[in-house]
Amino acid sequence: MKASDFTYHRPSSAQELAGLLASLENAKVLAGGQSLMPMMNLRLLAPEHLIDINKIPGLAGIRRDGDVIEIGAMTRQVDVLESEIIAKDLPVLKAALEHVGHVQTRSRGTFGGSCCHLDPAAEQPALCRLLDAEFRVNGARGIRVVQAADWFQGMLESALAEDEFLEAIRIKPWTGSYGYGFEEYARRHGDFAIAGAAAMLAVDETQSITRAALMIFGVEASPARLANAEAALVGTKLPDLDVAIVTSAARGLEAMSDVHVSADYRSHLGSVMIKRALLKAKQHLTGSST
Amino acid sequence: MSRTVSIQLTINGRATSLDVDTRVNLADTLRHVAGLTGTHVGCEHGVCGACTVIVDNRPVRSCLMLAVQAEGTNIETIEGLANNGELSTLQKAFSEHHALQCGFCTPGMLMTIESLLRETPDPTEEDVRIALSGNLCRCTGYQGIVEATLATAKTLRQEKALGAVAP
Ligand SMILES: Cc1cc2nc3c(=O)[nH]c(=O)nc-3n(C[C@@H](O)[C@H](O)[C@H](O)COP(=O)(O)OP(=O)(O)OC[C@H]3O[C@@H](n4cnc5c(N)ncnc54)[C@H](O)[C@@H]3O)c2cc1C
Ligand code: FES
Ligand code: FES
Repeated sequence: MKASDFTYHRPSSAQELAGLLASLENAKVLAGGQSLMPMMNLRLLAPEHLIDINKIPGLAGIRRDGDVIEIGAMTRQVDVLESEIIAKDLPVLKAALEHVGHVQTRSRGTFGGSCCHLDPAAEQPALCRLLDAEFRVNGARGIRVVQAADWFQGMLESALAEDEFLEAIRIKPWTGSYGYGFEEYARRHGDFAIAGAAAMLAVDETQSITRAALMIFGVEASPARLANAEAALVGTKLPDLDVAIVTSAARGLEAMSDVHVSADYRSHLGSVMIKRALLKAKQHLTGSST
Repeated sequence: MSRTVSIQLTINGRATSLDVDTRVNLADTLRHVAGLTGTHVGCEHGVCGACTVIVDNRPVRSCLMLAVQAEGTNIETIEGLANNGELSTLQKAFSEHHALQCGFCTPGMLMTIESLLRETPDPTEEDVRIALSGNLCRCTGYQGIVEATLATAKTLRQEKALGAVAP
C-alpha cells in the first residue's frame, strides 16, 4: 500500500524543528524512515504532518566529549558500525550493530530513530540500557537529559513528549580491564531477535569482579537489567563466576508470548543468551586460557 | 496536503530534474515519473529488497525513502548496469549460473551485489549470504545467486590483476 496523504516539512535547524513540533497536531518526525515508512505504507500510522529531520545540520555524527562518546540522533547505523571511535571504545556496541537489519536498512536507519521507536527486540536502545546511556532531548521547552533507566516507558514508548525530539545519545565507555559479550537469536540473519543479551564484567588485578552489567532484550516489553545478579557478582572472583545466579535471575523476567514463540520458550532463550554473553565476557577477559 | 516540487538529482550518471509529489516514495517515482521500471516494488514495507537502488554509493530500500529526499543525490538503478546494451560481468554471471527464473527479485539482487562487490571485492560465501539476507527470492533459490556473485568477484579480480578495463 501507499502512505495516506500528509504534509511534508523539512526544517533546517533544531529551533525550526522545535517550533514545528510545538505547533503542529498529529505530526511525526522522519529520521531514517526504516520503521516509520513501513508503518505509514501499511497505514498503521497516518500522520497529517511529516517532519523530515535529515537536513538539520549537527544532528548526525560521532564525537568524543571528554570521557563521553556522543552519538548524534541522526547518525546512520552504517556509520556507527564503521566508526573507529565505536570500534575502539564501545566494541560491544559494534558487535550488536552487526545484527541490526540488513545492509540496505542500515544505510538509512539511524541510531536515534531506533532509540525513539523502541521495538522490544531492538539492539541499539538495548545497548544504551546496558551502557547506562544518557538521552539528550530538545524542544520548545528547552533541553533535558533522560537517564537510560527512565527512557523506556514500555512497548514502543520512550520518555519523549510529543513536542520533543531526541538530539543525541551520550555514553561513557568502560575503562580498565573489562570483557564483554553480545548474543542474540533470530530466525534469519537481519530479522528482529526473539531474544538477545549482553554482559560486561570488569576486574581488578586480583581477578575480583569490580563491576558487572547484565542486560536481556526482546523478552520483556523493554530491555531489562538484572540488577540483583549484577550486585551478587561484584566482589566474587572471575574464575568462580556464578553463572547459575544469572540464569535464574533471567528466568524471573516476565516474558512476552506471540504467534511464533511461547513465553516460556522466550524466557528460556533469554537465559541461554545471557549465559553465552556472560561466558563470552569472561573469555574475553581471560583470553584463550580457559 | 502533499504538493509537487521539482528536484535535481543524478540518475545513472545523467543530471535529471523531476517533478515529484512529496507523498510519493522513490521507487514509484523512478518507475512512474522517470520511466525506469526496472526497479521492482514487492512489499512496500522494507522486507523484500526488490526495490533496492544505490543512493550515494549505498544500497537503500527505495520504497522507504521519499522521492523528495533524493534531492541532490546520485542514484544508480538496474538500468545503469549494462554498458551500451552489453550486460555487465555480474549480469552475465547471473545468466550463466541460473541465478534467476521469474526475475522479479533480480534488479534488487543485482544492485545489492553491485554495492557489495565495490566494498568487498573478495567476499567469502558467508559475506555474500549476509549481504543477500535483505533480498528475498521466492522462486529460484539462493544457490545460483551466491555462485554468480562469487564467480563475478573472481572475474573482476582477475581482470583487475591483468590491468584490463573493468566494465
Ligand atoms: C527489513 C527490516 C529489518 C529490520 N531489522 C531490525 C533489527 O534487526 N533490529 C532493529 O533494531 N531494527 C530493525 N529494523 C528497524 C530499523 O531499521 C530502523 O532503522 C529503526 O527501528 C528506526 O530508525 P529510523 O532512523 O529508521 O527511524 P524512523 O523510521 O524514521 O522513525 C522511527 C520512529 O522514531 C521517531 N523518531 C526518529 N528519530 C527521532 C528523533 N530524533 N526524535 C524524535 N523522534 C524520532 C519517528 O517519529 C518514528 O516514530 C528493521 C527494519 C526493516 C525494514
Ligand atoms: S518493495 Fe521495498 S523492500 Fe519490498
Ligand atoms: S527469480 Fe523469481 S523471485 Fe527471484
